[in-house]
Amino acid sequence: MPTILVEVMPKPEILDPQGKAIANALPHLGFTGFSGVRQGKRFELTVEGEVTEEILDSARTAAAEMLSNPVIEDVVSVTVAEDL
Amino acid sequence: MSTFNIDTVENASTTPDTELPWAELGLKQDEYSRIVEILGRRPTAAELAMYSVMWSEHCSYKSSKVHLRQFGEKVTEEMTKDLMVGIGENAGVTDLGDGWAVTFKIESHNHPSYVEPYQGAATGIGGIVRDIISMGARPVAVMDPLRFGDIDHPDTQRVLPGVVSGIGGYGNSLGLPNIGGEVVFDSVYQQNPLVNALAVGVLKHEDLRLARADGVGNKVVLFGARTGGDGIGGASVLASESFDDTKPSKRPAVQVGDPFAEKVLIECCLELFGSELVEGIQDLGAAGISCATSELASNGEGGMHVELTNVLLRDPTLTPGEILMSESQERMMAVVTPQNAEAFEAVMSKWDVEYSWLGEVTGTGRLIIEWDGETIVDVDPRTVAHDGPVYERPYHRPAWQDDLQADSFRASEEGQHLPSTAEELGGAVVELMSSPNMADKSWITDQYDRFVGGNTALSAPDDSGVIRVDEETGLGVGLATDCNARYAYLDPYAGAQLALAEAYRNVATAGAVPMAVSDCLNFGSPEDPEIMWQFAEAIRGLADGCQTLGIPVTGGNVSLYNQTAGRAIHPTPVVGVLGRFDDVARRTPSGFQRWADGQAIYLLGTTRDELDGSEFARLRGHLGGHPPQVDLAAEKTLGEILINASRDGMIDAAHDLSEGGLVAGLAEMSLRFGVGSRISVDALCERDGVDVFTALFSESQARALVALPRSEELRFTDMTTARGFPALRLGVVDAVSGGIEVAGDFDGGSFGIGLDELKEAWSATIPARFGAGSAGGETPLGSRPADAGHHA
Repeated sequence: MPTILVEVMPKPEILDPQGKAIANALPHLGFTGFSGVRQGKRFELTVEGEVTEEILDSARTAAAEMLSNPVIEDVVSVTVAEDL
Repeated sequence: MSTFNIDTVENASTTPDTELPWAELGLKQDEYSRIVEILGRRPTAAELAMYSVMWSEHCSYKSSKVHLRQFGEKVTEEMTKDLMVGIGENAGVTDLGDGWAVTFKIESHNHPSYVEPYQGAATGIGGIVRDIISMGARPVAVMDPLRFGDIDHPDTQRVLPGVVSGIGGYGNSLGLPNIGGEVVFDSVYQQNPLVNALAVGVLKHEDLRLARADGVGNKVVLFGARTGGDGIGGASVLASESFDDTKPSKRPAVQVGDPFAEKVLIECCLELFGSELVEGIQDLGAAGISCATSELASNGEGGMHVELTNVLLRDPTLTPGEILMSESQERMMAVVTPQNAEAFEAVMSKWDVEYSWLGEVTGTGRLIIEWDGETIVDVDPRTVAHDGPVYERPYHRPAWQDDLQADSFRASEEGQHLPSTAEELGGAVVELMSSPNMADKSWITDQYDRFVGGNTALSAPDDSGVIRVDEETGLGVGLATDCNARYAYLDPYAGAQLALAEAYRNVATAGAVPMAVSDCLNFGSPEDPEIMWQFAEAIRGLADGCQTLGIPVTGGNVSLYNQTAGRAIHPTPVVGVLGRFDDVARRTPSGFQRWADGQAIYLLGTTRDELDGSEFARLRGHLGGHPPQVDLAAEKTLGEILINASRDGMIDAAHDLSEGGLVAGLAEMSLRFGVGSRISVDALCERDGVDVFTALFSESQARALVALPRSEELRFTDMTTARGFPALRLGVVDAVSGGIEVAGDFDGGSFGIGLDELKEAWSATIPARFGAGSAGGETPLGSRPADAGHHA
């Protein structure tokens, strides 16, 4: 069943406290060599049947208006994955 | 670093004709001309950034300064005897006795909370808490006076849940109890919600710290979070100093907070204070480094030398102007002697807080900021921090004010056919108590941690929040914030005094002796002479009121331009009053106790026909006439009675009467612990010459209800008689009936309301609109916290 993937990230200039916390934790746990971490989120929207341009548009709108907070987040991508 | 075309002071002197985007940064032509005059040349881009933010209304108080002076002028010796730090510092400090002091302040975070409700409200808490830390105090509690549009408006549906969870999310994470505040719904706040935040902190006298950069040669350090591009807003126009096309074209005007970073900052600062490692300290809020450097320098020796490339950045593409203006959260600036530098660094490393040494204090009287060794700012810091423009804005009484005041509720169409039978009166009580403004707010306050820390003696919905300061002696403080903006709209002078009177009364009702005032003055545009009149009148009223009551304004905040499309909010001067308890164990709770069956209920004060601007008039959709009469002498006497009764253990419950009048007060006292009551208003109607409806719903001031054991009645009434204050026995606490019963001279003779029925109506209103869940309920569109972490 096809799935639409939506990826959302905090805007680059906005503080990402989760990413910061992970970045601080990495070296403590022995993972070195990473100078920064930013954490976003991925949504998987499952579609019954074919992904039409209409459904994709609807996903884009949902991504921009509901899945992300446009004030502090960016929708990075809206893509179709056939097999998950 | 080399991607910027750095505008140095030298460059500014040789290129006087370069056009700068001063208008886009919000400066007026004459303001810009004054900057050029002060400097004797055009400002550099970095200087322009500093002046533009520091001379903004928010930072310079340019429209309000001439009026705010009254808070410093209308003072008596009595008012200042306990005042350790007054207006002008980060927060006022009041002596509490036993070597303790208390500091508190209210601020607004209105606009950011409208744009991004969760983060706006969260960073509002963060900002006010840092003000408290920078006085050398440990923050001990917060409160939030909130105002939203009509409860059913989509705007309120979007803003309220985000604001409430933002306040809870940040405050709860900090481990600070949220002990009270207000929630008011009125369509005037649509698109202009008010999110005010109060914080209170305590300190020992010797820990007091001020924002001063003293001691030539002392080092200046920036610590806490890194500086990023958040909250820069207008600074984006300074992108003209950048060659880099790849950087974000628009910097966001909102900030994201990190409460856990702030918690570490609190503990880290308290260790610095305890070890006496800092000479002066300033939090970074609005205007960021611009504000901190210019204020520290001008309050101290007058000079400071800073290398801006030393600032630790989260975003390396920031220009110098943007770094100076950034409002990244959770940052502090301190002045440290060279001898203490090593010990300071040890404290930073213990708490894992990042820091960078920026420069040092100088005796030159100039604030010099360099970028990689080149001077980009060379100013007299006083011209930035203190000598901003001051406007005597024109103001006049609105032409419509007379018509508004002439439109009394009694004479209006809405004021006809008032409830007069048992059935109508009983129905009106249920309607009133389930209306949005009178309804149970626990859906909101349950999202706040009210008891963390174990020092909360009272919290919402009691009259005041009460916090124990000293665990040995029980020394503590009571706090209340209030404002009925409908009153202030009808008469700004009286309305501001009524806000003061109510907060004063609430503090005294809990048993605390009122000591100090902090205010958050929320108004529309000062460029409108009618709004400016409201503002001037409210300040005059507040200053006069404080003088009469003998308690000083110790600090506060002004929020102007709360209007959209020419429609301003009602004038909303929120007043916070702080009072002192010798022992918080003596506090008076607001509800009837179950074990208090048969206790006498007394009404203190006089009831007049005062329904204009009342909650009942709001139910009928009417707003006009004159607000209730202000009688500060009566408030003072009432306060003394309530404080003495609390101290001597005469009363077991007390509640002030305000919105909704006597019947609302009685209902709230019964609803608090589900304990019924029976009263008769016959004697009240006869004594005060009012009808039953007026007796129940009038909002006359300087009144309170108390419950006391019969064994204390004589002692109590002797005290009220000795003070010449009206006290009338209305009825008794009835723990058996499970309802409220009111008897009087009306058709039917009495009406009763079951507490179960009343509670159901009262507690359903808010959850019905915002979801039945408590904390962590549905988060509506657009207010989703970015870091909620629900999505694994």
